[in-house]
Amino acid sequence: MELLTNKYFLIALTFCVYVGSQQLQRRTGIKLLNPILISIALLICILCGAGIDYDTYSEGGEYIDFWLKPAVVALGVPLYRQLESIKKQMLPLLAAELAGCVAGVVSVVLVADLLGASREVIMSLAPKAVTTPIAMEISEATGGIPSLTAAVVVCTGIFGGMAGFRMVKMSRVRSQIATGLSIGTAAHAVGTSAAMERSERYGAFSSLGLTLNGLLTALLAPFILSLLGYC
Amino acid sequence: MILQCGILFAFLAAGELIVAVTGIPVPSSIIGMLLLTAALKTRVVRISWVDRISDFLVRNLGFFFVPAGVGLMRCLGVIKGELLPIMIATIASTFAIIAVTGWTHQYARRFTSGISRHFSNPIKH
Repeated sequence: MELLTNKYFLIALTFCVYVGSQQLQRRTGIKLLNPILISIALLICILCGAGIDYDTYSEGGEYIDFWLKPAVVALGVPLYRQLESIKKQMLPLLAAELAGCVAGVVSVVLVADLLGASREVIMSLAPKAVTTPIAMEISEATGGIPSLTAAVVVCTGIFGGMAGFRMVKMSRVRSQIATGLSIGTAAHAVGTSAAMERSERYGAFSSLGLTLNGLLTALLAPFILSLLGYC
Repeated sequence: MILQCGILFAFLAAGELIVAVTGIPVPSSIIGMLLLTAALKTRVVRISWVDRISDFLVRNLGFFFVPAGVGLMRCLGVIKGELLPIMIATIASTFAIIAVTGWTHQYARRFTSGISRHFSNPIKH
């Protein structure tokens, strides 16, 4: 049993489960079997089954978590490769981001409130579209539950990455730039990695979307929430 | 690869430094990313110095989110109690963001390209 709580074992377990989940999606060809989603579900089942709590898992998990920050810095490379087309349409990009940011915070708060969510949960959901560190900070500042925010952020990203392209089609948006941008705005880095799988151009505009929405949400979310009368 | 890693972490460290000095509420990684883009643009850093590590990290971005997602098990209680509002609000809002961002971009682009066409071809209008 000692071995199960060893951090190297937990890191290896995370890698194995992820590779297994990737193989599962590849072999079956079912898009719904998202490797991130399946890995999270499997790991939670394994940990609960073995009676390992999250803090123990975290001792290994934090070494994987650690690479999130350098990975976000790395998004500067695809962004640089699309800099020319970004410069050409600064105004439409900023307008779209502003609208998307406001729409995101307002819609999630109103729908959750309408369905009877508690105040804590509403505050935890408000910043769910942006990347984890920003979202957790906003959640903390407005009285949400940061760990719930982190979980919802990851789920939003997985959902946006899986269903985002279909949603773009349903809203009759055709331009490649708008497509990438909206996926990054709605589903941050996880959506961006799905966009990157389609093409680097989608991915670059998606990383622009996640950056701008992250900055705007950090600045505007507390303001929007107080305008709506929540804090 | 060591050089590539070193440069990437140098930009992250610069981001940390800026956040520590100015106290702005933006994650250091976002600052680092913008600094890296600026450095590539001004040719302080060449793309061949960072492309391999970046492509690797960007292509596998999803994997690094797995431990944060496992954190879900810490708040299973709250989630179980309010699963429906959480799910419906998240799905509805994701759709709202995608539609609103996409539409605004398309219309704003049509609008601005209309203006620039108007100014570049004054005789035709």
